[in-house]
Order: sequence, then C-alpha cells, then structure tokens
Amino acid sequence: MDATPQKLPSNPIPRILAEKETKIVARDVNVYYGDKHAIKHLSIDIPDRAVSAFIGPSGCGKSTFLRCINRMNDTIPSARVTGQILVDGKDIHDRDLDVVQLRARVGMVFQKPNPFPKSIFENIAYGPRIHGIAKSKADLEEIVVNSLKKAGLFEEVKDRLSHSGTSLSGGQQQRLCIARAIAVNPEIILMDEPCSALDPIASARIEELIDEIRQNYCIIIVTHSMQQAARVSQLTAFFHLGDLVEIGDTEDMFTAPKNKRTQDYITGRFG
Amino acid sequence: MTAWTLLIIAGLTVSGFLVGRMRAQGLRNAAAGALHSMPSYHGLLLASMGFGASAIATLAVSLSAGSQSIVMPAAAAILGTAAIAGVYPLITPKFRARNIFEQIVKMVLLASSGIAIVTTIGIVFSVLLETLVFFGEISPIEFLFGTHWAPTATPASFGILPLLAGTLLITFIAIVVAGPLGLFSAIYMAEYADRKTRGMLKPLLEILAGVPTVVLGFFAALTVAPLIRRSGEALGLSVASESALAAGLVMGMMIVPLISSLADDIINSVPQSLRDGSYALGATKSETIKRVVLPAALPGIVSAFMLAISRAVGETMIVVMAAGLAANLSINPLAAVTTITVQIATLLVGDQEFDSAKTLSAFALGFVLFCFTLVLNYIALRTVQKYREQYD
Repeated sequence: MDATPQKLPSNPIPRILAEKETKIVARDVNVYYGDKHAIKHLSIDIPDRAVSAFIGPSGCGKSTFLRCINRMNDTIPSARVTGQILVDGKDIHDRDLDVVQLRARVGMVFQKPNPFPKSIFENIAYGPRIHGIAKSKADLEEIVVNSLKKAGLFEEVKDRLSHSGTSLSGGQQQRLCIARAIAVNPEIILMDEPCSALDPIASARIEELIDEIRQNYCIIIVTHSMQQAARVSQLTAFFHLGDLVEIGDTEDMFTAPKNKRTQDYITGRFG
Repeated sequence: MTAWTLLIIAGLTVSGFLVGRMRAQGLRNAAAGALHSMPSYHGLLLASMGFGASAIATLAVSLSAGSQSIVMPAAAAILGTAAIAGVYPLITPKFRARNIFEQIVKMVLLASSGIAIVTTIGIVFSVLLETLVFFGEISPIEFLFGTHWAPTATPASFGILPLLAGTLLITFIAIVVAGPLGLFSAIYMAEYADRKTRGMLKPLLEILAGVPTVVLGFFAALTVAPLIRRSGEALGLSVASESALAAGLVMGMMIVPLISSLADDIINSVPQSLRDGSYALGATKSETIKRVVLPAALPGIVSAFMLAISRAVGETMIVVMAAGLAANLSINPLAAVTTITVQIATLLVGDQEFDSAKTLSAFALGFVLFCFTLVLNYIALRTVQKYREQYD
C-alpha cells in the first residue's frame, strides 16, 4: 500500500504548480503518534500565492500534515516526524532553524476560534509585540488597523477595539484570529477547518476573505466540506488513511478524479 | 431506647419502599392503563414519607421528653406508619410520584445547604453577643486602638494593635515565602513537567500539606528559630529566640502546597486552544505562560492566594511555638510577636469563669479575626469580578 517515496503521486503535474512558484516541498514525510502511523511516505508540492485544500475523511492525516508545516506537532510529546519539509527550499527541521521564527512565518487558524481573553486590540497586537515588529505605538496601531481591514473586520469593530475579543460572534472571532495571524506578516497561512464551528453565512464571509487575500499568501485549508474546497481552492489534495491518494487542480479533481477512492469520496460513497 | 428508635425508622423506610413499589406493581399488572411513574418511584416516595415523619417525631420527642422515654420509639412508629398509610391510598395509575419525589429531593438538598448557613449565622451571633458584653466593660475604642496588650496584668489592658501587627507581620512573611514558591511550582507542574514528573511531584507536595501544624510548629521552634538566631548573630543582629521570621517562614512552607495545588488545577483548566494560538504566532513557552495563560488564570490564582492568606491568619499552632507570647508592637521580623489566634488559645486554656473581661476578650478577638477574613474574602471576590468584567 505504501507509495514509493520521492515520487509525487499524480502525473501530470497540476497546472497551478507550473504557473506559480512552489512554496512548500515535502518529501517522504512520516508522522507517528506513539505506535500509530498517521502519515505514510507523503510527498507533495504546495504553490505560493494560491489556496490549496486538503480533503479526506476524519482521521486521514490531513490536519496532522498541516500541523507539521509549522511544527505544531512538537507540542505533542508522543508525536514523531521523519522526512523532509522545505519552505522556500530550507528544511524546517534544520538545527539552525528556530521554530519560533518558523511559526512567525507560518500562521495558523484553528478549527474553533480561539481569541485570547484580551481586548480586540491586544489580540492583534500580541504577535507584533512578541516579535518586536512595531517600532512605535503609532506603528502598532497601524498594524492592528491594517490587519483588521485585511480580515474584513475593521468596520464592524472599529468603535470597540478595547472590548474583549471573546465578546464577538463566532464568525467575527474567527476573522479576528485570521487578522491576528496576518499581523505578524506570515508568508503561509494554515487553516484547520476554519469554518466547521460557524454558520453558513459566517462561513461564506470567511471564504470571501480567503479569496481576497490569496494573492498575497500561500494558503492551505483543511476542510470537510467538498463544496468549500471546490469554491476557494486552486489545488486539491485527497488524503485517506495516512496516504496522499490524489492531488490535482481543483477543477479537475471534482469533475474528473483519476483515482477510484477519490471518486467514491467526492461522490459521497464513503467518508 | 435510641437503638430501638433507629431500628423503627430504618424499618419504616424499607417497608415504605417495599409497600409502595408492591402496590404500584399490582396496579400495573391489574389496570389496563400504564402508570405515570415507575413502581420504584412510588416506593421511594413512601420510603421518604416514612423516614421523614418518624425522624421528625423522634427529634421532637427527644428534645421535649428526653431520649430515655418510651414515648420516642412509639411516636416514631405511630407517625411514620400514619404518614405511609396516609399516602398509600393516593397511589393510582395517574399519581405523579416521580414529580413529587423530585420536589422531595430538592427540599433535602436545600436543607443541606441551609444547615451550613444557619450554623455560620449562629456562630457569628454567639460571638457577637459575647463581644457586646465585653464592650460593656472595655470601651471599643480602647480595644481597637490600644497599643498595649496585657489581659492578665493588674490593671489589665486590652489593646489589640500589637496582636494585629503580629498577625499581619507573620502572614505577610508567610505569603512572601509561599506566593512565589507556590505559584512557580504550579507553573512548573502544569506547563513544563512531563506527565511522570508531575505524577510524582504533586503527591509529594500534598504530603507537605498533610503534615500536622503542631509538627511544623516544633520544627519551627526547635530547628528554624535557632538557625535564624545563629545566622543573625553571625551577622551581628540581635535576634529573639522566638521570632516572627521563624514562624512566618514555616507557615509559608505550610501554605506552599495549598497555593501550588490550587494554582496547578487552575492553570491546567486554561484551554489548550489558547496556548496553541499563542505558539502558532511564534511565542515561546514562557511568553505564552506570561501573556496568555497566567492572565487567563488570574482570577483563580488571586482567590487561591486569598484562601492561603485566610489559612495563615487563622493558623495558631506554629505561632504559639515559634513566635512566642510577647505582645510587642513591632514590625521587626526578628523580634518576638504574638497573634490574635495565639492569644485566643492562651486566654481559653484551663479553667475559666465566663464573666471576666479576660475571658470575654477572646470573643472580641475572635470577632475581629472573623471581620478580618471576611474583608479579605470580599476584596478577593471584588478583584476577581473586576478582572472578569474586563474580559468576558
């Protein structure tokens, strides 16, 4: 069952990868949680300035791989990662690379909105403060306002920046978390099912937002909604039982999947 | 007679249950319609009726006629049986035993919390009344603002300030020792230690909490106090053989496990998603703890500290042994001081006559102590609420 390492699982190469520069390269990545082999010999290329969607049934390893890219799996004691993951050609497991700096470059938005129990302003200012990005108070205010504007939240909250971030609605909280991630100028934004706790209208708003900012970032979104993957992404990767089964341009994946398992999944026959 | 009465109450409870359930089961078998409540609810209802009525009868008789009287078991039996017999005919298929039993449960729970509250109020009032008697002899102004405490001297003087100063001094030393130690060990256990280390460390700390304070007291008096005196003398300071510092240090060790255990639980209850959010922004562990975890846990940590302070203020044994009985008005940690609790203990040890100002002053001291901890708790509550308003 294990795919031969070093080889991308699909041929021909997706068009989006030919069009855009490649931001992330993973080769023969394995992840173990204790004895569980959660990701098996995964190799994938992710394009810059585009949205890539990871789809697949629960427990297929898509979130696990996402958490490899900013090394969030380091915080889980039983997790072990082997193989190479390159961001801009540099191995993120390299000894010289500081994980804290990596995470400043690779932002993450979680499944459940997790604003800090601080004011809206402080939520955004948190990242710039710890990384010393803002040179002055005015600078910091500008970063906060710009991040909120980019996340499409500024108009709704401009009069209550000192209110608690937890007082916002679920959809607003999630956009606050996106603004918080944007505030540290990341190159990559990882989104782990960002809409699964939101109602359809709030989800649509997030999808619009992703579409607006995709020209500036390398975005990877894990989603359970195939419609969402079809709407927001240009590249789709289908995971199943720790394998990367198929990868392709989104329009092809949903109209003409090559693999039988992909076909069964997107037509709703399992998963 | 008591044994008989208890037996009757138990018998009525059990038979009430059996009789009620049997009747309901009989109805279910005989009647065409379904029962509103399951048979066991009918049983429980009759059981609680039997128990309640016989227990009330027992209490009433034992208070009025004494527990030796034959009337007690008799009254219990008669009233209990009457209660069961009174409710028994009500059991019909439509009888809502389940809903009524729910009400009984509610009453029992209400009564349980009521007993604690009534007891507290009772204690406060009895202390307050004796305090008022004391204030009939000694003016409150002299008591609260007097700087000399000598209840056994002639003429006696009752100035609480030296005691208050001693209490505050020792509590302050204890919290200065225990606050950082407790909080830091809690942070280590909750955030840095792996599961195995934590599993070992926490029980060990809790053993420290289990050491009786009288043991800590002689440890303070026989080990810590001489140590402090010797090291003080080596530095050319004059140190009393019993010092506030010795008592405060050991009392600090006493409340370390209290603070660390509570703070550990509170820090652990901060959602992991907040930590993940902070790590994902590139924060280090200590930045995350300082800027996200501790602020989120602050209300709980403040109340843990306040609880520890209340504990320290009320502690007696360590202070009796290590800090002495000399009522000095001093903020020198190397001098011997005494505390409110120590004076209460010494005033009430041995034979007492309840009409002397000396004995009554213990009640006044107790009342002051009570007000002191009340104010502390109120401040803690306000702090926590104020903080919450900001963020929720």
